Amino acid sequence: MIRLLLATLALTVATPVLADGTMPPAPYAYRQLDNPAQEAAAKELMETLRCLQCQGQSIADSDAPIAGDMRHQVRERIAAGEDPEAIRAWLIERYGDYVSYAPQVTAKTWPLFAAPLVFLLLAGLLVRRRLTGKDAA
Amino acid sequence: MSAPEQPRRSGGNWAVWLPALLFAGFLAVVAYNLSNPAERVVRSALIGKPLPEFALQAAVPGQPGLARADMADGKVRLLNIFASWCVPCAVEAPQLAQLKAAGVDVVGVAIRDRPDELQAFLARHGNPFTRIGADNVSKIQFSLGSSGVPESFVIDGKGVIRYQHIGEIRPEHVPLLLRQIEEAGQ
Amino acid sequence: MIANIGLAALWFAAGLALLQFLAGAQGLTAKGGVLAALVRPVAIMQGALIGLSFIVLVVLFWITDLSVLLVAKNSHSAKPLIYKLAGTWGNHEGSMLLWATVMGLAGAFVAWIERRLPERTVLATLAAQAFVSLGFYAFLLFASNPFTRLDPVPAEGMGLNPLLQDPGLAFHPPTLYIGYVGLSVAFSFAVGALLTREVGPAFARAMRPWVLASWIFLTIGITAGSYWAYYELGWGGWWFWDPVENASLMPWLAATALLHSVSVLAARDALRTWTIMLGVVAFSMSMLGTFLVRSGILTSVHAFAVDPTRGAFILVLLALYIGGALCLFAIRANTINEGKQFTVASREGALVFNNVMLSGILGIVLIGTLYPLLAETMGDKVSVGPPYFNSVGAVFTIPMLIVLAVGPMLRWRRDSFTRIRPVMVLPALVAFGAAVICAVAGVALLPLLGVALGMGLAFASLLPLHGRKLRTVKLPVWGMVIAHFGIAVALFGMASDAAFTKERLVAAKPGDTVAVGPWQVTFQTIAPVAGPNWTAMEATLQARHSGGSAKELHPQARTFWAPVQETNESALATRWNGQLYAVLGDQGEDGRWQLRLWWKPFVTLIWYGGLLIALGGFLAMLGRLASDLRRVVAKDKIAYRRMRQGR
Repeated sequence: MIRLLLATLALTVATPVLADGTMPPAPYAYRQLDNPAQEAAAKELMETLRCLQCQGQSIADSDAPIAGDMRHQVRERIAAGEDPEAIRAWLIERYGDYVSYAPQVTAKTWPLFAAPLVFLLLAGLLVRRRLTGKDAA
Repeated sequence: MSAPEQPRRSGGNWAVWLPALLFAGFLAVVAYNLSNPAERVVRSALIGKPLPEFALQAAVPGQPGLARADMADGKVRLLNIFASWCVPCAVEAPQLAQLKAAGVDVVGVAIRDRPDELQAFLARHGNPFTRIGADNVSKIQFSLGSSGVPESFVIDGKGVIRYQHIGEIRPEHVPLLLRQIEEAGQ
Repeated sequence: MIANIGLAALWFAAGLALLQFLAGAQGLTAKGGVLAALVRPVAIMQGALIGLSFIVLVVLFWITDLSVLLVAKNSHSAKPLIYKLAGTWGNHEGSMLLWATVMGLAGAFVAWIERRLPERTVLATLAAQAFVSLGFYAFLLFASNPFTRLDPVPAEGMGLNPLLQDPGLAFHPPTLYIGYVGLSVAFSFAVGALLTREVGPAFARAMRPWVLASWIFLTIGITAGSYWAYYELGWGGWWFWDPVENASLMPWLAATALLHSVSVLAARDALRTWTIMLGVVAFSMSMLGTFLVRSGILTSVHAFAVDPTRGAFILVLLALYIGGALCLFAIRANTINEGKQFTVASREGALVFNNVMLSGILGIVLIGTLYPLLAETMGDKVSVGPPYFNSVGAVFTIPMLIVLAVGPMLRWRRDSFTRIRPVMVLPALVAFGAAVICAVAGVALLPLLGVALGMGLAFASLLPLHGRKLRTVKLPVWGMVIAHFGIAVALFGMASDAAFTKERLVAAKPGDTVAVGPWQVTFQTIAPVAGPNWTAMEATLQARHSGGSAKELHPQARTFWAPVQETNESALATRWNGQLYAVLGDQGEDGRWQLRLWWKPFVTLIWYGGLLIALGGFLAMLGRLASDLRRVVAKDKIAYRRMRQGR
């Protein structure tokens, strides 16, 4: 049951393929870069970019054509020597924070990073009361 | 040794209400989201910003391609992203024709399309476009912050993106688009 | 006809739940109710009736009774039998009925066997259980009746989502569900104990088997689900931090924490309020998970036809039960003694640390999952994904794993780190050595830490057996050791997959040979094949491991026809040291086929580790149940002797 949604998400990736024309996918959608270091950098970035049509998957895990085109875009730019974070920034400039799975600490997202700290502080306070403070010698 | 058990001070312990408080906050956020379902589309963040540089080859023979340079000439345009394989694109064809009849300069970008299929599509559903650029790798979509087909952008005379319409243009959207185009012209 | 029996049983069960709640509540009043004696028998009957109702639904799916709307919408006469049966819970109504059934049966079981606790606490527990059940009965009867009839009867059903037609997925959801709902018993115990203020070791011992059992089911469910996602989704990923996955992970994290705190409460009578709190939190996470999945609040338009009233209904239940329990907690917490204190260097100290860290991870998963909603209320769209969960989660996970290595060696109440330092040297050296090797090999920081901690922990987890006669080691200790060893194994698998996976994406034609890692994969032929409700293109790949024999793989690109869907069926070749993963994609214009190949060293350890964790839980439960039984027998003997002595 719990996977149903994930399953449906995956299905929605499969469905548009039927209705997406007869053009072959972009060259680098399903092809790796020859330079292994560049490919590794591209892969790392692709895993953290959100597919715009499937809405629940990274472009690295999706068969949607637009995800393939974005993989092409990423690989091509990395091959041209662009910095992965610059590509991410370029995409965020166009799609907002939504497109990146790696939230940065900003005015919009600071609670994500503050919450764990607050939690630790609180837990520390509560636990301290239960300690006798004396260890065995 | 463990200390003898002491009865806790009753009251004055705010921490015990914390979970209930957090839960109430959670309920508020979730109830809000449930009653105001979020827009599932991703809007472009480039509205109000200048059109990025691009230059696309002609998609069909006999009609010019599309480039950034063709846009910022003082004239407001509707940039329509479409494809022959896209069913909603066929649905919005009459509305595009209507906009064209109202004097709007409509330019198109065909996504992942073949010239023969595109020509058949234009022959069947009409050709409201003055220019059609071909983009086979969705490059212009990424540079515009567009995430699907069809989408339409109102570009003002200075080449600034003024408005984004996501999905097909239905008859009820035509007045809204005409108003946006008019505003962009002022 | 049969459907009417199911519906009638459902109504009767609902009525009995109401009676159980009222009788239990009356039994708690100062006067002590006359109805109190009714509670146990009613709970047992309620369980029997809801069980009958569920069996009826299974039969309806078995015989494909298309006069029932639910069957017509989710089944098809041409489906293999196993998927017909799986169709029972592969939809909203059926899974809700399963939920109510597990709750009812669990309540019946408590009513039948629980004799150790004060009767008032049992009454309160059963009343709470009935109160929670009532909400789900109302949900079933008024908003998602599984027995709704169709007139006229359609000629054929609409079929089951093809991605769900998979043996793994037929049993994964009910497993997870039993885990989810089993936590309702822990919740009811917690509420019962809050009402009667009877929180102590006896309460912990009564609650523990339920927590253990739920936790075992959750562990198996998550492990199976992860493996399913791995081979079914076709990109080699096994965990995506998707909201739906997080929805299953959160109850597991809470149950893991609860499991450990309940042990402290049982052994040392400490952490009383904390254990109660976790009991409430664990079930909240189950309900929250169900809400997130059913409401569709966190997913796209592409997801299920989600009914907004369903989401609202579950939200109301969530508010009622969890909100109510948290308020009760706040009112009562100050009147419940916190229990005994302890020092940092003690078994309790380590368990508390582990609890804090687990709760921290739970907090991160929770906020990471819900933050996009919070942002949405402020008009922003954000995505929180693997980079956040992995790195922020590691801040809590790494210290927790280190303490996990040390904690089992510490004595209860008071100990010192210097005492155990000599035995910890070996695991520390192993971890350090692994870290150095990985660093030289250029492995990234997180996978490096995963490999090192996994290896160190694998050694450390076995230390509690060190110097003991294995035959005299008690089952719960075996359980702990195996479960902790399982964590190490799974962790090593995850880190190894992240660090050492080799990927090849190629366009190939029959006759081509592709190298990936130590494998040579030859694309031999491609041909159409047909299944019971699908057709496919099937590739034959011959994979030869350097120095090993050849294996044949048959990845397929399938097209289902009821309903129409396309899926990629991956093919796997498993060795002791990893898996070769092959996927067949589309055919290109030049006639070549897309092949996706991965060599994933030790990836299978992820799921073997998961199974070991569950096995450990199972052994611990066996041991606990056996010793509980002995205690009951001993008590009876004492009572008997006293009776004989005329006292």
